[in-house]
Amino acid sequence: MVEEAKKEFWRWPEGTWVNPHINWKQGKIITSGVDVGSVSSQGVVLVDGELYSFGSTRTGFDSPDSARKALNIALEQTDVTEENLDYCIGTGYGRVNVPMAQRTITEIACHARGAHFMYGPAVRTIMDMGGQDCKAINCDEKGKVLNFMMNDKCAAGTGRGMEVFADLIQVPVWEIGPRSFQIDEEPEMISSTCVVFAKSEVLGLLEQGVPENQVMASYCAAMAHRIMALLHRLGVQEKFVITGGIAKNEGVVKRLEKELGIKTAEKVWYKPEYKDYPFDTQIAGAVGAALFAHAMVSKGKVKSVRKT
Amino acid sequence: MIAVGIDVGGKNAHVIILKGGEILAKGEAAMGIHKAEEAEHLYDETLKKAGMKREDVGSVIATGSAGKRVSFADSVIPDAAADARGVNRLIPSARTVIDVGAEEGRAIKVSPKGRVLDFAVNEKCAAGTGTFVETMARALEITVEEMAKLSLTSNQSIPMNAQCAVFGESEVVSLIHQKIAKQDIAKAVHDAIAGRIASVARVVGLEQDVVMIGGVAKNDGFVDALKKEIDMDLIVPEDPEYMGALGSADMAAAGV
Repeated sequence: MVEEAKKEFWRWPEGTWVNPHINWKQGKIITSGVDVGSVSSQGVVLVDGELYSFGSTRTGFDSPDSARKALNIALEQTDVTEENLDYCIGTGYGRVNVPMAQRTITEIACHARGAHFMYGPAVRTIMDMGGQDCKAINCDEKGKVLNFMMNDKCAAGTGRGMEVFADLIQVPVWEIGPRSFQIDEEPEMISSTCVVFAKSEVLGLLEQGVPENQVMASYCAAMAHRIMALLHRLGVQEKFVITGGIAKNEGVVKRLEKELGIKTAEKVWYKPEYKDYPFDTQIAGAVGAALFAHAMVSKGKVKSVRKT
Repeated sequence: MIAVGIDVGGKNAHVIILKGGEILAKGEAAMGIHKAEEAEHLYDETLKKAGMKREDVGSVIATGSAGKRVSFADSVIPDAAADARGVNRLIPSARTVIDVGAEEGRAIKVSPKGRVLDFAVNEKCAAGTGTFVETMARALEITVEEMAKLSLTSNQSIPMNAQCAVFGESEVVSLIHQKIAKQDIAKAVHDAIAGRIASVARVVGLEQDVVMIGGVAKNDGFVDALKKEIDMDLIVPEDPEYMGALGSADMAAAGV
């Protein structure tokens, strides 16, 4: 008997992209950044500091495997191999387990650097909303970290919390943002902080016949409120940007903007020639890592490990 | 006179019926979403067991996180007051009461007369509650009872990094993948929650005798972990999950 696969509502789309305008063989320095997060992993390849390809996947039980998978996805539609890479930097929660990396850099530095590249030098505050933690980072005009605050103790306000909610309410995670605005009136937010208690609260609301979309609005509002606390302690300055998976959930982002009274910067590449490239907020850490790798090789601070 | 105490918590409700100060009947039921109706049902069932009708009852006092939803109660008292009174009735030497329920953990400093001198509570976070243990048992695919027994057979100390129940679940799954024995994981879970509860208890200060109540007190594995964590003996009364209801009933009988 074939068992029907359990529907995974938390599962977000994975993918890859290759820059059609770059011939890597003409490039001098090829670097990569691999960001192994607690929930997702990304690989980014730069040719002479320009975005060449990237891939994003779910982190498995084994960090080295996830790192390899993320880089392979970034490379699979190109003819670049690991031997062609001059330098690779690992970052993220699982950064010490990135086998092809020559060096590791914290995800805080990488996210600031990546956001600086993606959104431009005007970025001052970055909210990185990851799978199992969230970090508010202040940086200077060069993308250097000045200060940061983080929550890595509690699932409330993290991507994992949103995944748990998606699974509970049985709605694909990317539909939650848009549907949370299909309501008559903004409801009160979920009052429980703890994700476990919020689950009971959500079930109670559904049982009472509260429409699903309204419950999504309540949950998104609670998550936005939770993130606010961290941002308030750090202090928010414009340009303000959100990186990580939750940046894709407008249900949270728009409510956060409203509560803060500050808009997040538009999700468009700072470089005008990049304007048609896909803008994926989840790759910021890996972009930053690859940029650090490029800077190190081009300044001669590290030796290239390129084999062919 | 017939006096009733009812404790409606996050996951379960308990009722005690006293006649002339002695326990006539007790009842327990799992609570769902409609706590008000479910509490009514439990009340009527327990009365039936005692051969009583609602008209026979002189006074009803309710407590618990959903105590306010008990429509038939004459008054509602805080959990800490009910716990302190219930424990004092059985163990007058108790000076510290640790109550760990499904969704709350609390520590109460109690006077020799059973009054609340001070208390600290965690009701915001599932870490340090019965729900945490249940979640981890589910990840281990065993019952809470099995987990309690298993953990006592382990002499390993594996620290859990996660405080959060959501992250803890992933951590338990990864420990399973690392082929760590179930009994060692079970002990790690109990050690982790004992650490959380002990930090709540230290807010009020630990003074002997220390009495542990609430549904989680029935988990020997956890009680053992907490004993080691606070380095003190713990007394667990019979029916530790009924202490809130007993304290409320006792107050109702005394006409408080």
